[in-house]
Amino acid sequence: MRQGRRTGTTALLVGPAAAFFLLLLVLPLAVVVIYSFGERGAAGGYSPAFTFDNYLSLATRGQAFLNTLLLAPLGTLLCALVAFPLAYFLAVKTSPRWRTMLLVLIIVPFWASQLLRIYAWLLILGNRGIPSLLDLLGMDGVRLINTRFAVLLGMVYGYLPLMVFPIYVSLEKLDKRLLEASADLGAGAWGTFRQVTLPMSIAGVATGSLLVFILLMGEFIIPALLGGGKVFFIGNALVDLFLQSRNWPFGAAIAVSMVAIMLATIALYMRFMLGRSGLRQQALV
Amino acid sequence: MSDDTRQISRKQFVEELLRYRRGSVSRRHFLGITGLGLATAILGQAVPGLRPRPAFAQDLGDTLNFTTWPNYFDQANLDQFTKDTGVNINVAVFGSNEEMLAKLQAGGTGWDVLVPTNYTISTYKSLDLIEALELAQIPNFIESDHDTRFIGEAKIDGAIYAVPKNWGTTGYVVNTAKVEGEMTTWKQFWDRTRDDLSGLVMVHDYQLTTIGNALKYFGYSFNSIDPGELAEAEKLLIEAKPHLFAINSDYQPAMRAGDAVMSVAWTGDASQLKRDIPEMHYVLGKEGGEIWTDFYAIPKGAQNRPAAYAFINFMLDPAVNAKEVKAHGYPSTDKRTSALLPQEVLSDPILYPAQELLSALEFGAAATLTDPNRAELMARFKSA
Repeated sequence: MRQGRRTGTTALLVGPAAAFFLLLLVLPLAVVVIYSFGERGAAGGYSPAFTFDNYLSLATRGQAFLNTLLLAPLGTLLCALVAFPLAYFLAVKTSPRWRTMLLVLIIVPFWASQLLRIYAWLLILGNRGIPSLLDLLGMDGVRLINTRFAVLLGMVYGYLPLMVFPIYVSLEKLDKRLLEASADLGAGAWGTFRQVTLPMSIAGVATGSLLVFILLMGEFIIPALLGGGKVFFIGNALVDLFLQSRNWPFGAAIAVSMVAIMLATIALYMRFMLGRSGLRQQALV
Repeated sequence: MSDDTRQISRKQFVEELLRYRRGSVSRRHFLGITGLGLATAILGQAVPGLRPRPAFAQDLGDTLNFTTWPNYFDQANLDQFTKDTGVNINVAVFGSNEEMLAKLQAGGTGWDVLVPTNYTISTYKSLDLIEALELAQIPNFIESDHDTRFIGEAKIDGAIYAVPKNWGTTGYVVNTAKVEGEMTTWKQFWDRTRDDLSGLVMVHDYQLTTIGNALKYFGYSFNSIDPGELAEAEKLLIEAKPHLFAINSDYQPAMRAGDAVMSVAWTGDASQLKRDIPEMHYVLGKEGGEIWTDFYAIPKGAQNRPAAYAFINFMLDPAVNAKEVKAHGYPSTDKRTSALLPQEVLSDPILYPAQELLSALEFGAAATLTDPNRAELMARFKSA
């Protein structure tokens, strides 16, 4: 009786989430997989068929896969490199009085839409922005906008807070007595950082990296705006196939491949991180 | 907490971005829509008391969803319509007919009026996406006042599916303050892109015009769907790609800022650029290129048909239409409208090019838009 009621309660609590995932994730994904074996309709769209052609022509988007698989990890790495010192400064070096205000300052830009913030870079990097300043200094003809550099910059800028906060949290939890112990036992500043601070905060770095990496893999706004349509990501290829050339089956095939690549990469990453630092899974998720 | 704001803004900017990418959003429009302008608009619509009151009795509802192209109307005219009727106009700006077609095919657009180009109408009709117009509700459209060359494609099996907004051409605009030498051909456009203008040239993010004008380099038809000819065009495009500043149909901001000095362009963008920067020069390639007409049409299942008809009729009023022409810089197909235009507009060679340039131009064909090989070629060019 009691057992039965508990099962009922559990079902009631889990039900909405289960229905949500089934209706809005599993079913649509199944449709995408089915479509990926179909053919483009005469005027676009989907027409039922069973063919592997869509998967066989994935190579025509090779450059887009390459750009994504190169710039997303690189952007994640740069993001971590920029975010760590910042988070360290906030968590360890800043007095609690200032800390809250500084944290708020990191969040404030996020109140504006990402599109707006990226659009601002369009003006900063454009001909009338930094290049015209460099021109005054005698450096002529520098082009920044619509390059891979611009895309990378936009990605690091856009996703920095997502990296800063997990690292900040893990550093804040760091027991300061461990640092003292390390110093007492004769480790220098670098030794303490390498043997105590970094291992203790790696969970934050791992979480932040995962968050940023997943979002960067699906990114298409930043390459579109700061890459001028020339630095093409998989996300851009998908938008094009669905909203311009109307080749749904090929778009579905690319989407399925992308999901497969993501799952494989993340599985490898989790395994590597877990094996390396003995992290508990809960620290990551 | 930051996750929440992120989700909302992502949803919002996906829409906004698509418009931007295909072409569309001018800086002013963009700032307006993402910043205070949007907030005010939403507030205004959420509070019934803030909505303008109709000035006459006929009930036309309170909103009209109007889907059009960038820099393509006189805001004063839209405001006047709202003032007269109480109908607020939501404007959505697109960058290509392909994108409009894709949205209509996906369904549930909620559009009331759209602005399709001549070559799309037969496809929209055969896919049952637009309705045959009730001309009795558009008395300002008088068929005999329009040259049949411009409006022929709107008539299918005796029914009119769209009424003309304006016509125009597709050439390229050159900033002569930065580019030396006289430019007259598409051959020069592509040759100099790969030479002294490297990094300073833009092409549309639209297969019809970008591929079409690459085909003109070899003297082929703008509408070619011949695999051999398309292969040559693709080779040229891929070669030119590293030399382009951007692939984007919203070229006015980059041309104004000096990021780009030459861009494939439509008539009105060239007019608007020249209005502010006299050194901007519009070129129709001697080899030919595109001439087109844009129309007003009503999608099947439009939510507010009465307002759609009232709006189209209002915009075709010669006095209103003449104001439109003066604002957007595209020529009208309507004799009564042209009669109201000042001489300096009627003698402007950007709007009304010389006859020998015009006669080399081709109207886009329905197959040019829907050909899967052209769509895939453009996608390969962009992802190369």
